[in-house]
Amino acid sequence: VNAINNSILTWIMLVPLAGAVLVTLVPDRAKLPNWIALLTALVSFGLTLHLPAHFVLGQSGFQFVINIPWIENPAIFYHVGVDGLSLWLVVLTGLLAPIGVIASWNAITERRKVFFVLFLIQQTAMFGVFISLDLMLYYAFWELSLVPMAILIAMYGRKDGPRAALKFFLFTFIPSAPLLVAILWLYAKTGSFDFITLQILIAHGNFPAGAIYLVALAFLVAFAVKVPVFPLHGWLADTFSEAPVAMAMVVAGKLGLYSMLRFHIGLFPAQAQAVAPWMIALAVIGILYSACLALVQRDFWRLLAFAAISHLSLITLGIYGFTFTGSAGAVYQILNHGVVDGALFLLLGFLYDRYATSQIADYGGVAAKLPRAAALFVIASLAMIGLPMLNNFVGEFLILSSTFTGVSRGWAIAASLGVILGAAYMLWLIQRIFYGPESELTRSTPARDLQFKELAVLMPLAVLMLLMGLIPSLWLRSIETGFHPSSPQARTVDTHFVAQGGQR
Amino acid sequence: VNQVPDIYRILPEVILTLTGVAVMFIDASLPPGLPRRPLGWVAAVGTTVALWASLWQLSLPQGTGFFSTVETSAFTIFFHVLICGIVLVALLLSLDTLPEGSHHQGEFYALVVFGAVGMCLLTGAVELLVVFIALEISSISTYILAGYRKNTGRGPEAAIKYFLLGSFATAFLLYGIALIFGATGTTQIYEVAHLAPTAQNHSFVLAGLALMLVGILFKVSAAPFHIWTPDVYEGAPAPVVALLSTAPKAAAFALLLRVVYEMFPSLHAIWSPLLWIVAVLSMTVGNLAALRQENAKRMLAYSSIAHAGYLLAAFAGLGTSGIAAASFYIAAYAAMNVGIFAVITLVSGYDERLPMIDDFRGLIYRSPLLGGLLIFFLASLVGIPFTGGFFGKFYSFSAAVDGGAIALAIIGLLNSGLAAAYYLRVALVAAQRSPGKSAEETAAAPRVGVAVGAALFFAVAATLILGIAPGEVLRAAEAGAHTLQAPSAQATNPGLSVAQQPNP
Repeated sequence: VNAINNSILTWIMLVPLAGAVLVTLVPDRAKLPNWIALLTALVSFGLTLHLPAHFVLGQSGFQFVINIPWIENPAIFYHVGVDGLSLWLVVLTGLLAPIGVIASWNAITERRKVFFVLFLIQQTAMFGVFISLDLMLYYAFWELSLVPMAILIAMYGRKDGPRAALKFFLFTFIPSAPLLVAILWLYAKTGSFDFITLQILIAHGNFPAGAIYLVALAFLVAFAVKVPVFPLHGWLADTFSEAPVAMAMVVAGKLGLYSMLRFHIGLFPAQAQAVAPWMIALAVIGILYSACLALVQRDFWRLLAFAAISHLSLITLGIYGFTFTGSAGAVYQILNHGVVDGALFLLLGFLYDRYATSQIADYGGVAAKLPRAAALFVIASLAMIGLPMLNNFVGEFLILSSTFTGVSRGWAIAASLGVILGAAYMLWLIQRIFYGPESELTRSTPARDLQFKELAVLMPLAVLMLLMGLIPSLWLRSIETGFHPSSPQARTVDTHFVAQGGQR
Repeated sequence: VNQVPDIYRILPEVILTLTGVAVMFIDASLPPGLPRRPLGWVAAVGTTVALWASLWQLSLPQGTGFFSTVETSAFTIFFHVLICGIVLVALLLSLDTLPEGSHHQGEFYALVVFGAVGMCLLTGAVELLVVFIALEISSISTYILAGYRKNTGRGPEAAIKYFLLGSFATAFLLYGIALIFGATGTTQIYEVAHLAPTAQNHSFVLAGLALMLVGILFKVSAAPFHIWTPDVYEGAPAPVVALLSTAPKAAAFALLLRVVYEMFPSLHAIWSPLLWIVAVLSMTVGNLAALRQENAKRMLAYSSIAHAGYLLAAFAGLGTSGIAAASFYIAAYAAMNVGIFAVITLVSGYDERLPMIDDFRGLIYRSPLLGGLLIFFLASLVGIPFTGGFFGKFYSFSAAVDGGAIALAIIGLLNSGLAAAYYLRVALVAAQRSPGKSAEETAAAPRVGVAVGAALFFAVAATLILGIAPGEVLRAAEAGAHTLQAPSAQATNPGLSVAQQPNP
């Protein structure tokens, strides 16, 4: 087991890449690329499950660490590892891979090889982002994750793919320029790209205050665009409405939020606290603004996009509240969002496959034709709204209650309004699509209810929603390890919290 | 004292000259009806031998020959290998794409090889008159090659423009040399370096430096001396542009490094801000103009201007780190640029049936191999991690940050964000389905021959190696940087090379 522990992260990362190479070699016949991609995704998901199984609870710092020199000059190390913060994100990424492959099984009919190669490369890049502990390595994967996504949006876009792809790429590529400069500046000052080394050096504060503030800001902006935080959200709605379901499902949100926790708050706690009031304000504005926009959308992809911005802003609120509970709740909520949003994406994708429109007004009375889809959609929507016993409730409760007690009552109350608006737009969406009188489209289009494959991807997600709502401690115990007072990651969170006289 | 026979110091040049002469003689003695294609293989073999000879020169002690006019050192060998490599790939590319018959193929191969003689000699010369002669040898060959498509209007136009402006620029260089000779009484570079700081007539030295810079910056097509580039690239045949945009530039950059770092380190305060301005101008002008191009070769011409700017950013670095970064960037730029021109040659054809960006529409469907390679090289030009372009920019901008030019690094990185827009546009067009006229396009799907296949393989391999394991090449570049600095014995600086620290 020890030998596996010492190399497992490399395997998790390399398996999708190997699968991608394999897909390029086989002929595009008899769904061969699909099967290879599925097999690869299942293997890499299986490997990610090794992590929680052998994760030592209560041990601070990183586990499954590999740290070997990659490039001598500049000193870039292949330094990877996971802690409570990244552990479940890696597993979530692994879980969504086979689901994404099956979701594309029938939806992607042309050029399957290109699709699955890029999909698998995207998996490698995302694993890389979550496990890298060397800033250069991290940056490399961060940039790499843009490319497959952009190409796939361009190739498989529903209406105007190339435009959406360009928007997506520029929105996320341009802010990473200052990020790279900031990383290089840190290296020029310290001679290290290593996360842990830099964390210690920055904590001892031998940097000019103005410069380090700007460096922290460069990190923040790059991540805030990726989340996206209001007012940098311009790309998301287009991306959601154009991207293939499998891709939109896997990228939404988690990369940026994780990076904020790890590399903004983790590296620059003092600077992060300085901007925290702004971030909290932006987060609350984002929650309310996008919830209102979601109410008036006519296209369900765009509605889902604004709903996602609203929920991601809530997570941002949890992150910048600088409370122990809020941070743990935020990580938990990232997982929940991945599961719930993934399920909603899949369901809307299945509807789109059948009816070929995303205009909400064209639908109506679908529940009579597709009862299973309706039932699952209602479950996922209720989870998204935050119904008790389902997963989002736990995360939202942790974030909102910690904001209420630890940050400010006003912001907490304002943010809670977003939850109410969330219920409004989701329930209204259900009502317009699934209930009410049968529309012309639903009457005239013959459509079968969800089939075995579709149920096979949705059922695990539905079960997870329930499990994560009923026994959150399964996940929260290891997540909280990431914020344990003795871990460097959380020391900062904790001291601030104690300084405010709060209690855990 | 110098035990090494002089001839060994210029062995690669000798081999190339013999190859060129042989090709010309065989061409002249063959009856007109016979195909000239095998001559290309003769030239390729000769270039390969010259490449090995350059590597063999590593076993020679560093030193000069022929009365201190040519040098062999790690620096010259780095550029010899690079130029021979580029010429080899360009020859392989021409072998499969040059039309049989009407064109003077034998002359073509001989001219390419003679051009290589001049470029190689330029990197090894340490005497300003030899520099001038070498520059002329390389320029005259490239003037002729630029106008090789005699039957179109654009070919002669390109050649005449290149020739007139080029000889004008060479006159500037020569005038600069004359002024430096007037001020110091010598044209040997080490002696000039020694005498320049104490020269009686300081203004002559300054004027000489300025005039030489004009001449060299013209050759590397840096703004504001870039006006010729797009017209020449558009008019010249694509395989020639693959050569033209890389090898002479590599040689000219080697000369620039030698002039500023070896000949005039004492005038650092003068040339450093000048090159700063030229770098910013080149990137910005190049990128802004490239955004508006419709012709693929014109777009890449402007992109090469921008790349000259990124490369000049490295000159803001101090001593060794700046030289090493610039040398590395040239290698990375050459690999990806030759590669993308190889793809363009195959798609557009020698006679350029399909020169516009729009003609690349759906390339990935017509020919998945070429489409994939096009996107790969574009990704490298953007600077996506795990490609040579990334580490090129990385070293260049970290040299700038090291040298204190943080503003330059930020401008450079913002520029690369801007550049992503037009590179991506081509990539997206290639990934887009084309409406109708599929039969015509399938017919136009280009075949990839053995020689072109080898050329593409070398370009891809070089780009990938520079992106994944750049250590070896960077070490060679650093070794070169040290030898370039040795005669002037500058104080070592805390740049890239020392920044490496043990990782805890």
